[in-house]
Amino acid sequence: MLKRALLTGVPVVRSLAAPLSTSTTIAQQQQQTGGEKAKKPTIWKIDEKKREKLASFGRYAAECLPKFVQQAQFAAGDELELLIHPDGVIPVLSFLRGNHSAQFTNLTFITCVDVPTRKNRFELIYAFYSVRFNARVRVRTYTDEVAPIESAYSVFTGADWFEREIYDMYGVWFNNHPDLRRLLTDYGFEGHPFRKDFPLTGYNEVRYDPELRRVVYEPTELAQEFRRFDLETPWESFPSFRNASITSGYEVIDLKQQEAEKKQ
Amino acid sequence: MLQTPLRAIAAQSVRRLATPTSTLELTGDAPKGLNKTGTPFTAPNSTAEYALARLDDVMNMAQRTSLWPLTFGLACCAVEMMHFAAPRYDMDRYGVVFRASPRQCDLIFVAGTVTNKMAPALRRIYDQMPEAKWVISMGSCANGGGYYHYAYSVLRGCDRVIPVDIYVPGCPPTAEALLYGVLQLQKKIKRKREAQLWYRR
Repeated sequence: MLKRALLTGVPVVRSLAAPLSTSTTIAQQQQQTGGEKAKKPTIWKIDEKKREKLASFGRYAAECLPKFVQQAQFAAGDELELLIHPDGVIPVLSFLRGNHSAQFTNLTFITCVDVPTRKNRFELIYAFYSVRFNARVRVRTYTDEVAPIESAYSVFTGADWFEREIYDMYGVWFNNHPDLRRLLTDYGFEGHPFRKDFPLTGYNEVRYDPELRRVVYEPTELAQEFRRFDLETPWESFPSFRNASITSGYEVIDLKQQEAEKKQ
Repeated sequence: MLQTPLRAIAAQSVRRLATPTSTLELTGDAPKGLNKTGTPFTAPNSTAEYALARLDDVMNMAQRTSLWPLTFGLACCAVEMMHFAAPRYDMDRYGVVFRASPRQCDLIFVAGTVTNKMAPALRRIYDQMPEAKWVISMGSCANGGGYYHYAYSVLRGCDRVIPVDIYVPGCPPTAEALLYGVLQLQKKIKRKREAQLWYRR
């Protein structure tokens, strides 16, 4: 905070000092400020007001749905995330869509992450956009290979193909989906290719059989084994993040804060 | 354009019929292996073979000067294929005109990555093309899987499904490279000896 104030303070001081020095022309001044601007790294500026609004909305959502919202947090500074229990997909999504102070009517995407070391290896991520408030929110939940998750189709019809793709690639089952079948992979494909334990080359390959006069499927036989190239540079690309933990980018919103304020 | 070589062939045939066993002499200003008439069949063994060689010449010329490819773009190579069609490289100069139906085509550019899911469709389209058909495999992916060689969903070369005549390397090949591929195919068609082989059999 102090750093930011210092950074923003520099041009202010300069502009105050400028009228005192009569020798510098306006053009020079512009050049100086231009040079100053060019030196600054391009960093995403966080809108503190908006961030505060999002934080209070996160608190509000957690207050309205205490059964499902486990945590509200900021990722990468100002991106609101709600971490919910897998049972609460429909209530949370209906709340985000229907609540008058939210109106997250646009389902941007649904995606999935496979982390095999976790107990619930699949993490589902829903991203929403509120056209009314120009705000975004992400909802994260979790599941494993067997536990089904409720389909978002009844709330957002656009979830149809997203969920089909996730079913195709990860094998997550969605309950009450109108047409849950494979979307991208071949007809009769077996396995879920985006799982970490799926081999890169798959299990089958195709060729045309002139005797049968059709394309046949055979177990994969590679003429040359997959080659591993060491493409890493001996120099570290991002030394500033050398010791950063994977969760260090998140900033958890204190859900109790509002209640404490109310009591006062 | 059609008349000149025909007339030349006709004029020659009169001369040739007298001495059918002699070979046509190669002249200095003609391309290697070809005489002035532009035919690769310069050493007929009999009168009948000579006549069939001329028939081959006419057939080959008709086929190679109006190659109609199928619009079959699968990936980024399709963009280069479009450039080949556009005015700069103007494929219509060579009588190469895109057709939207495989039943009107005698050439198919396999332009892009052929996936396992696409393989049966590609084979079916190839089977639907009328006979005397050629295939140009365009780009690394169609040649041998390319970037996606080890992927679970990609065919490792379209020659696993259909027979390929010309492979155009590149990722993607330029429109010029594809043009050169078409010229090579024309060269290949020029050497086709369908009638002569039929006679020998």
